[in-house]
Amino acid sequence: MSRRARLWLVLLGGSGLAALLVAACLRLPAFGGARHPYGDRAVAAALARRTANTIASVNFDQRAFDTMGEMSILFAAVLGCVVLLRQARDEHRDPPRPAEVAAPVRRYALSTLPVALVTGLYVIAHGQLSPGGGFQGGVVAATALHLMYLGADYAALERVRPVEAYEIADALSAAAYLVLGFAGVLAGTAFLANTLLPLGTFNTLSSGGTVPLLNAAIGMEVACAVVVLLARFLDQAVEIVEENVRENGKNGDNGTNGMDGKNGENGENGE
Amino acid sequence: MADALIVLALLAVAGCATSAVLNRDPTRQALVLAVLGTVLAVLFTVLQAPDVGLSQLAVGSALTPLLIMLTVRKVRRRSAAPKDGPE
Repeated sequence: MSRRARLWLVLLGGSGLAALLVAACLRLPAFGGARHPYGDRAVAAALARRTANTIASVNFDQRAFDTMGEMSILFAAVLGCVVLLRQARDEHRDPPRPAEVAAPVRRYALSTLPVALVTGLYVIAHGQLSPGGGFQGGVVAATALHLMYLGADYAALERVRPVEAYEIADALSAAAYLVLGFAGVLAGTAFLANTLLPLGTFNTLSSGGTVPLLNAAIGMEVACAVVVLLARFLDQAVEIVEENVRENGKNGDNGTNGMDGKNGENGENGE
Repeated sequence: MADALIVLALLAVAGCATSAVLNRDPTRQALVLAVLGTVLAVLFTVLQAPDVGLSQLAVGSALTPLLIMLTVRKVRRRSAAPKDGPE
């Protein structure tokens, strides 16, 4: 397609999208108003189920099925990353040397790590009461672990983060969400219906029926997924080296990596 | 007062987003993206959506820039290595 035709295509698509957006926005309730048709109903439904955070009620009760879709998207995306970024046949691991870390950086990272980790877990645990929840807290807790890489080095991070365990926990927590959904079916109501557990006292940790449980499952799933995702990226960025890179490099002794010794196999551009 | 805050936050978002687009160096872009994530989180909080603000803060200002930086490091290491060896 020529440059001109592509430009016209973009203009056509863009103007169509703009027209539809403007048409949709004109029918929206006024900005910043006190009443909102969907908001009012969502708040009423959340209060009826004694969930203090309406957003959590929308995510894990009124639209729990949507959240299952979002969870599957994250799960599939991380799975795809794991497959794409795996160690290929013409690559091997070159453990990085212990790194020198400036003292202020080390002090800052190691003192922030526990605070950030607890903040993440707090945000997950209080998802049904205050802003936050499984998604937000999960990402915070997972990225907090990686302060270990800033404060110490890669080997230290790998010691506090056994990736296999996180992969298993990721799958388990995704399964836990589905099992909680099917529990509703077995109890005689519907998939992911919030009628399974007593609703509890409003504004306490155990209020809201299945909301705290689904929220916890999502928190664990997101935290593990982010850890696995970052682990794959870090592996590629720090540890995994291509063979032809290594051969042209300074240290040419490759011992344990099971390469079959044919140098001609890895040409100038190995892939 | 609230309106002024919203306008300020919107202007900051527009400024950050524009500079993220105008920057051509991926490492700098990642840093500008982190700032953009923080400013967007402020905008969402001003608009009374703290839940979205928290996600934006966690994903937009920490996770995405980190993934970009790691990718840049991998790509640079690949293209630099044949000349002067692995780091």
